[in-house]
Amino acid sequence: MTLKLPIYFDNQASTPVDPRVLTAMLPYFTEHFGNPSSRSHAFGWVAEEAVERAREQVAALIGAKTPKEIVWTSGATEATNLAIKGAVEANKHGDRNHLITQKTEHKATLDTCKHLEKLGCSVTYLDVDAEGRVNPDDVRAAITDQTLLVSVMLANNEVGTVQPIAEIGRLCHERGVLFHCDAAQGVGKLPFDVEAMCVDLASISAHKIYGPKGVGALFVRNERPRVQLVAQIDGGGHERKMRSGTLNVPGIVGFGKACELCGLEMAEETRRIEALRDRLERGLFDNIDLLHVNGSRSHRLPGNLNVSFPYVEGESLMMALKDVAISSGSACTSASLEPSYVLRAMGVSDDLAHTSIRFGLGRFNTEEEVDHVVRLAIEKVRKLRDLSPLYEMAKEGIDLSKIEWNSPHHH
Amino acid sequence: MVGYSEKLIEHTENPRNTGTLDKDDPNVGTGLVGAPACGDVMRLQLKISDDGVIEDARFKTFGCGSAIASSSLVTEWVKGKSVDDALKISNKSIAQELSLPPVKIHCSVLAEDAIKAAVEDFRKKQAVRRAAEAAEAEKKVEP
Repeated sequence: MTLKLPIYFDNQASTPVDPRVLTAMLPYFTEHFGNPSSRSHAFGWVAEEAVERAREQVAALIGAKTPKEIVWTSGATEATNLAIKGAVEANKHGDRNHLITQKTEHKATLDTCKHLEKLGCSVTYLDVDAEGRVNPDDVRAAITDQTLLVSVMLANNEVGTVQPIAEIGRLCHERGVLFHCDAAQGVGKLPFDVEAMCVDLASISAHKIYGPKGVGALFVRNERPRVQLVAQIDGGGHERKMRSGTLNVPGIVGFGKACELCGLEMAEETRRIEALRDRLERGLFDNIDLLHVNGSRSHRLPGNLNVSFPYVEGESLMMALKDVAISSGSACTSASLEPSYVLRAMGVSDDLAHTSIRFGLGRFNTEEEVDHVVRLAIEKVRKLRDLSPLYEMAKEGIDLSKIEWNSPHHH
Repeated sequence: MVGYSEKLIEHTENPRNTGTLDKDDPNVGTGLVGAPACGDVMRLQLKISDDGVIEDARFKTFGCGSAIASSSLVTEWVKGKSVDDALKISNKSIAQELSLPPVKIHCSVLAEDAIKAAVEDFRKKQAVRRAAEAAEAEKKVEP
C-alpha cells in the first residue's frame, strides 16, 4: 500500500466522518428532509423517529437512564455554556453562587466561568499536578455551602490527561453539588458512564468521534437530582424547553450512528490506537535524545501523545513536518504569542512549552503512517537542532538557565 | 503558518549561511538575542575585516519559521556590506521582503537587534585590542 500524504495526526482537533456514519446521514438531507417538529405529516414523523433513535444511541453510549436526558446542541461548546450558565441562572434566587473548575479545562468552560464571574459568581480554579490531574481532595476542600456546581473535564484536549471523574462525581453527590463534565475528548474512547460516575451534566460532541461537525449534546440528569437549567437560546421551546432551534436532523442521525459504532468497537479500537501511539512514542524516544512526554503516561487518552522536543521550536518543527497534520503548544502557533496555558498549569516551563507537539492518532491511522512520521521527525529534529544555538550551547555544557536573556519584543 | 510567503518558506527549508564562527577571533562579532522562554533565540556572527567590511556571516536560530527566515535573510544581506551599511538594515525591510504577517513582526525586530548586537560585540573586541596595543606601544617607548 502506498502512503497517502498529507498524514492526519490531529484527531483531538477533529476526526473525519466515518463512511458508515455518512451513509446513515445521507437520506436525511434529501429524501427525509422533514422538520421533526412537524407533527402533521409523515415527513415530520420520519425525521422525529430518526432523531429519537439517535437520542437512544447517544444515551446508551454514556449510560444515561433515559434518552430524554439528551439535549441536542451545536457542539460541546454550546453544551458547556448551557450547562454552566443554565444552572447558575436556574439558581438565581438561591444562595449558591460559587463554581469550582480547574486550570486545564477547555476555553468553553474557562471563559464561561470568567463571564459568570463578571456577573457576580465566584469561581475557584483548582491547580493540577505535573501530569495535569486534579486531586479529588482539592475538590472536596474547595466545596462550600455556597457551591452550586463543579466542572471537570473527562480528558484534556492537549495532553490527553484523564481526570478522576468517578471520585469527583461521588463527592459532589455526597455534598449535594451539581457535577458537570466536559466529556468531548473522552467519550467514545474511554468508558464513560454518567450513572456510575455520578455525572449530572455532560457535554459531548460528534466530530471528535467520527461524526459530523456542528452537532453535540448535553446530558441533563432527570432524577436524583433533577437538574434545572434555564435555556440560553430562546425560541420554539424545542428540547424540553432547554434549547430552541430546528434540529440538525442529518447531523443528529450521524451523531447517533457515531456513538453506536464507538460503543460496539471501543475495546478493540482502544487497543489498536494505543498500540499505534506506543509505537510512535517508542520510535521517537528510541531515536531522539532529551524528549519529554507532557501529561500522564498512565491516565491518558489512547491516541494522544504530547511531546516536547527540547531546543527545537514547535512551529519550526511543524513546518519541517509539512506533510503531517499536527499541532503545537508553542506561542508561535497562536495569535496571542503565549505558550499553552495547559502546559503552564502543569508546571511545564515556557521554554519547553514552546517545543511541544501534539500527535493525535485516530481510527483511520496506520502503522505505516506512524513509521513514516517517526523517520521524518528523526531527520527534521536533527536538522533543526543543528540550526539551534541553544542545542549547541547545551552540548558545550552551558547552563541556559543561568544566561541573562534579553528579549526586547514581547513579554 | 497559514499565509507565509513562498520566499519565507524557501528560507526556512533551505536556510543560508548556517553554522558557527570562532567566537574568540577578534574579528568575529557575536550577537545573541531573544530568550528561550519567549520561543526565539537568534545567534548572528559576523566576520569583519580590519577596515570594517563584513566578510562572512553565520547564524543559528531557535524559533519559528519567521525567525529562521529573518535571520537567514539577514546573513545574505550583510555579507560584503560595510558595518555602517549593515546597521542601516531595518526590521521593516526584513518584514517587507519576507511578507511577515503582523504577529511575526517581532522576528524581524529580533533580526535587526542581532545585527546591532554582533557589531557591538565586534566593536568591544576591537576597543579591547586597541587598548592592549596602545599599552604595548607605551611599554616599548618607555625605556
